[in-house]
Amino acid sequence: MNKFLMATAALALGATSVFADVKIGMITTLSGGGAGLGIDVRDGFMLAIAQSGRNDIDVVIEDDQRKPDIAVQLSDKMIQSERVDIMTGIIWSNLAMAVVPAVTNQNVFYLSPNAGPSLLAGRGCNENYFNVAWQNDNLHEAAGAYANNAGYKNSFIMAPNYPAGQDALTGYKRFHTGDLAGEVFTKLGQTDYAAEIAQIRASGADSVYFFLPGGMGISFLKQYADSGIDIPVVGPAFSFDQGILQAVGAAALGVVNTSQWNKDIDNPTNAAFVETFQAAYGRLPSLYASQGFDTANLLISALETAHPSDADSFRDALRAANFDSTRGKFAFGPNHHPIQTIYAREVIQEGDVFTNKIIGVAFENHSDAYAGDCKM
Amino acid sequence: MRAIAKCKWSFACLLAGAQNFGFSMSAILIIEQILNGLQFGVMLFLMAAGLTLIFGVMGLINLAHGSLYMVGAFAAASMAGLTGSFFIGLLAALIAAALAGAIIEIVVIRRLYKAAHLDQVLATFALILIFSEGTRWLFGSFPLFLEIPALLSGPVALPGGIQYPLYRLSLIAIGLAVAVGLWALIEKTRIGIQIRAGENDREMIAALGVDISKLYTLVFALGAALAGTAGALVGAIQSVQVGMGEPVLILAFVVIVIGGIGSIRGAFIGALLVGLTDTLGGVFLPELLKLFMETGSAQKTGSAFASMGIYILMGGVLIWKPTGLFGARA
Repeated sequence: MNKFLMATAALALGATSVFADVKIGMITTLSGGGAGLGIDVRDGFMLAIAQSGRNDIDVVIEDDQRKPDIAVQLSDKMIQSERVDIMTGIIWSNLAMAVVPAVTNQNVFYLSPNAGPSLLAGRGCNENYFNVAWQNDNLHEAAGAYANNAGYKNSFIMAPNYPAGQDALTGYKRFHTGDLAGEVFTKLGQTDYAAEIAQIRASGADSVYFFLPGGMGISFLKQYADSGIDIPVVGPAFSFDQGILQAVGAAALGVVNTSQWNKDIDNPTNAAFVETFQAAYGRLPSLYASQGFDTANLLISALETAHPSDADSFRDALRAANFDSTRGKFAFGPNHHPIQTIYAREVIQEGDVFTNKIIGVAFENHSDAYAGDCKM
Repeated sequence: MRAIAKCKWSFACLLAGAQNFGFSMSAILIIEQILNGLQFGVMLFLMAAGLTLIFGVMGLINLAHGSLYMVGAFAAASMAGLTGSFFIGLLAALIAAALAGAIIEIVVIRRLYKAAHLDQVLATFALILIFSEGTRWLFGSFPLFLEIPALLSGPVALPGGIQYPLYRLSLIAIGLAVAVGLWALIEKTRIGIQIRAGENDREMIAALGVDISKLYTLVFALGAALAGTAGALVGAIQSVQVGMGEPVLILAFVVIVIGGIGSIRGAFIGALLVGLTDTLGGVFLPELLKLFMETGSAQKTGSAFASMGIYILMGGVLIWKPTGLFGARA
């Protein structure tokens, strides 16, 4: 926490400097059911800013409460009265769809540390929009491919009814060659899954694929474990991130999930990130924290070449992605979305702590299905 | 089809009808979903009962009721974590929520009885923010762990080959027991008489020598204890996190509007109606739409419409009975 305070203090000082400071607007979810995700992104981001030692970067952080209307208000305020150069932070794709097009149309850069809705990767792509995490479908595509390898031929698939949920099931179906025992959209923020669990029981599925980020995943896994159904589950990392696992407990042990990051990816940047994050915040980082960290480092690397007011040079510097990612190799595709390796992980227990371990590679150099539709 | 033409609205006919119309589900599944709806309904009742009592007796709109639900869940999770016993956690939830209720009644709410509803909404909304930030400050932003007690975990076999989680069955039983207990309290005891009198004419019972402010604190603490108990019970199968009370609060308001403000019986019927509508709507609407469109978009549209189900129910009830099903006054 101390480091965080120091960083904020340094930023406050930086704001008074006479050089051309860079102002970053971060809108993320810091309260309510999705708070864990936003807090991890923020903490990872601020850790990288603090480590860079730069005091000319001013970060304005606001809480969107996972509400699209509030996110839109905040972004208007940041662009019009705070005059930010770059925006970042949004977790949820429905909020990203409401905010990002307006931001990029006003010639402000947007770096997404999480949400990667298909529309913004394809027809709605923009030269000022970069996604540092993934296109939404990616981890789900990897899970579909994993399910094939595991021999699952009849999956029951489930996601919340919002853009990322729809992308999730599309992504899974794109690679899963088997049949579907059922396909269900739940409410975003739903906490009780008794009805869906009954449907799973009756469906005759041989596997369950679910995308339920944050508190939704905790509720589902606890209820599923208690239902006595023993159909194996597969999920993207979002259903098994570090913030969820402690609250779920032993119910998640052994579950395979797909991720572009894990704490045991072997490179010096990642090892240092995991260690310093734990030292600064007293908990293990999640993939969201790694995405926040990478986003900030990408940004800092581009700032070393150009100021965002020189939009063309700054954009080229971002596109070059000349930074050390926690994921190792990192490059942008033509639609400004990552081309990266996606791993299969398994939930394990280390002492008292539940966490993930990489057990294999699902895709190498994986891009997304929408890049072809993007005309910049 | 002849059998269907003969029968009207009995349950068996609905089942037969459902199967005839090509629903890909069995009677067992339908019964299981009805149990799920009931379980959701009785938990909503625990929330709504306190809300409606407080509104009926004190004329107060308490938006902070969801915070008391959260207080219960957090108290249960932390005590269960310390002692290893869910039941001690449950007791802690009841006590913590009742205490929190009594304290906010004495410190804040008491000043609001004579105020306009808008002032009450503003003040109790402030309480939500204080409770949420206070909880975040004490427990952090990440969800807590609360487990179903070993005694009640796992599924049981019901007649007809239905596998149903024992814990959810216990929730239904607890909810019904609380409903009976509340009914007995209000209809059969001296305090109940005072509460009912307070609903009708608060000046008169004060004039008759009842200590009205003590009664108010008691009713508020009772409502808070019910909300806290619900929070702890539901916390074991959901995520114990800051802000968990607000979505339930909205549903609880829908329940008391449907049931009629101030009526415990109304809250009970309303809660079951909302629980069943929400659960069954979410399951059957997409199935129904699959008859007309392909699976993916039927799911999307169906679940979008299902989310509106309870509000349509509320609108329908209000058109039919503007004061709610059992509401005495507008």
